[in-house]
Amino acid sequence: MTHPIEDHGLLRLLTCGSVDDGKSTLIGRLLFDSKAILADTLSAITKTSQRRGMQEVDLSLLTDGLQAEREQGITIDVAYRYFTTGTRKFIIADAPGHEQYTRNMVTAASTANLAIILVDARRGVLTQTRRHSYLAHLVGIPHLLVAVNKMDLVEFSQARFEEIKRDYLDFAEQLGIREVQFIPLSALNGDMVVDRGENLNWYQGQTLMEILETTPSAQRRHAAAFRFPVQYVCRPQDASNPALHDYRGFMGRVESGSIAVGDSVTVLPSGLSSTVKAIELGGAALADAATEQSVTLLLADEIDISRGDMIVKTGELPAQTKQLAATVCWLAESPLDRARTYLIRHTTRDTKAKLADIAYRVDVNSLEQQAVNQLAMNDIANVTFKLAQPLFVDAYAQNRGTGAFIVIDASTNNTVGAGMVS
Amino acid sequence: MFFSQQQTAHQHLNHLDWLEAEAIHILREVAGQCSNPALLFSGGKDSICLLRLAEKAFRPGRFPFPLLHIDTGHNYPEVIAFRDRKAAEIGERLIVRSVEDSMQRGTVMLKHESESRNKHQSVTLLEAIEEHGFDACIGGARRDEEKARAKERIMSFRDEFGQWDPKNQRPELWNLYNARSHKGENIRAFPISNWTELDVWQYIEREGLELPSIYFAHTRPIVYRQGSIVPVTDITPAKPGEEIVDLQVRFRTVGDITCTAPVISDADSIEKIIAETATTTITERGATRLDDQASEAAMEQRKKEGYF
Repeated sequence: MTHPIEDHGLLRLLTCGSVDDGKSTLIGRLLFDSKAILADTLSAITKTSQRRGMQEVDLSLLTDGLQAEREQGITIDVAYRYFTTGTRKFIIADAPGHEQYTRNMVTAASTANLAIILVDARRGVLTQTRRHSYLAHLVGIPHLLVAVNKMDLVEFSQARFEEIKRDYLDFAEQLGIREVQFIPLSALNGDMVVDRGENLNWYQGQTLMEILETTPSAQRRHAAAFRFPVQYVCRPQDASNPALHDYRGFMGRVESGSIAVGDSVTVLPSGLSSTVKAIELGGAALADAATEQSVTLLLADEIDISRGDMIVKTGELPAQTKQLAATVCWLAESPLDRARTYLIRHTTRDTKAKLADIAYRVDVNSLEQQAVNQLAMNDIANVTFKLAQPLFVDAYAQNRGTGAFIVIDASTNNTVGAGMVS
Repeated sequence: MFFSQQQTAHQHLNHLDWLEAEAIHILREVAGQCSNPALLFSGGKDSICLLRLAEKAFRPGRFPFPLLHIDTGHNYPEVIAFRDRKAAEIGERLIVRSVEDSMQRGTVMLKHESESRNKHQSVTLLEAIEEHGFDACIGGARRDEEKARAKERIMSFRDEFGQWDPKNQRPELWNLYNARSHKGENIRAFPISNWTELDVWQYIEREGLELPSIYFAHTRPIVYRQGSIVPVTDITPAKPGEEIVDLQVRFRTVGDITCTAPVISDADSIEKIIAETATTTITERGATRLDDQASEAAMEQRKKEGYF
């Protein structure tokens, strides 16, 4: 019963841009042209638009779901949207663009593999463009796409497009962004979104939809070292089934790299080694497992392993540290307090942590480094934490899975910080 | 029994493999982080997917949680029979708590006899959570169902009154889920948040999952009422002057009889349902959930009060 249609998997993306760059219109256009907006939804937002005295249907109503958002006409939190082209499924993390919502953009960016950075063709590269590019780069989104929107308002001028492209590349170089794609489009008319249209014939590249359909979804972590944080240990202990008496399955998701039956592995923190005896998924035996697959590993030797341990390939060990240097985005209203003890959650491991040092805070508009004593909400800074237990980490730039952590306030249980290992 | 089209290390996962892997990861995080979770199982299509995902996450071990159903007493008998048979078949514990019991306790008071009991499920759910001391409830909600759900976290925090505060949600980054809670608080975990209605049907097809018969096209007596098709049952009889007609219908969503309407369809197989779902112009809840249409924020309001 398999489908004859090719399946290009799933791509997670983020759209960003300043308030009037046409972000909602672009999302609306993608959803509309791919038929993800259904008639009853459209009729509901048409009614609301009319009630508010608007001439045309306000597609931004599609993305503003909460009561307070509809009342105020603003977006206050990340929302997730879905559409499919038949061959690939897309998840859009729709984050608000306002400066005070840096934390929301970091949240949305953390799972994205592609960022569409919208630039208004009339206004060119703005502070917001720089801020969003910096954040997208910081969070390690592997594919950046600058969409020069509202080309209809600059008479579809190639010269204007090239000018914006040059401006952007100058700035991208300063940030160390190596790869970036550019596309001219009109979200309002639909030129170069799904259809090529007639107005941008000087542009020879792919349409936005073609880019979205062909961008690799997770290639970087496929090439990285094998990392398998243990989530759960399966010991069936079923008296009626003696065959399962010695079953010890280590359950988790392959954060990066791949593993095959017969590979030799080391278990952290014990440092003990064994070989992979079997890989299972739902009762089926697999020869190997790749990045992002949730599987069960069985090892040849009896080693004591529990949740929070990590299985890696022998000879490909991550760094072990009790002094965690990282870039942190502070997410909470109460500031990061030197006197307090926090919890850091890294993969499936939790440890107590205290702030040891703030090297500098980054001004996300000017990218200037500033000396500060504490971190407030939306601040991004380079800090060092002192840990109660060692963590096994990779640099975030090398591995998003084992280079990321969250900071939890143990008294409220809230997630208060997002960290990326330096 | 299980599918055979496994990926090798050098291929990318197809979209169902990816969604499945993510859901398994989330289920195992609940099991790893929470001490006493429950999985909400109604016998509907989304929770049927959840059961298969739980099998893939925890077999050959037992589920580290019981199944829990909040029964309004107004469910289609086919679905209840299916629920009981399925729980027995997979050999896991099923706990049923009913709105009727809450009514007898006096914690649920209906305004009138025919009022929908759907929203009162929240009360019974919170009572069940308290009775059993559950610190997490795993549910089959999807973000594509409704605009308030589009903003919901995968691990969604509820305070000791079961309330959801959409303006004060925990940020959720990478795949680092925070399911910590204090005693009396509760985490609602949604492993299939990123699935759409079509994904669910494609997964049901791929895994060969069995469903209650009312999901497939069948002939049923109905009346037309305010633009909706209302099934004629003991609980929802025809009103005076309404004409009863036999119609070929199926249910896209299965819940309380008083607020779930079927759609006209001749899709009597999963293949046909997939084809229909891929080309429909009406959302799953748009055509079929009478309760969501009460106001623009109906779902958000109910979720704030502790509804799923």
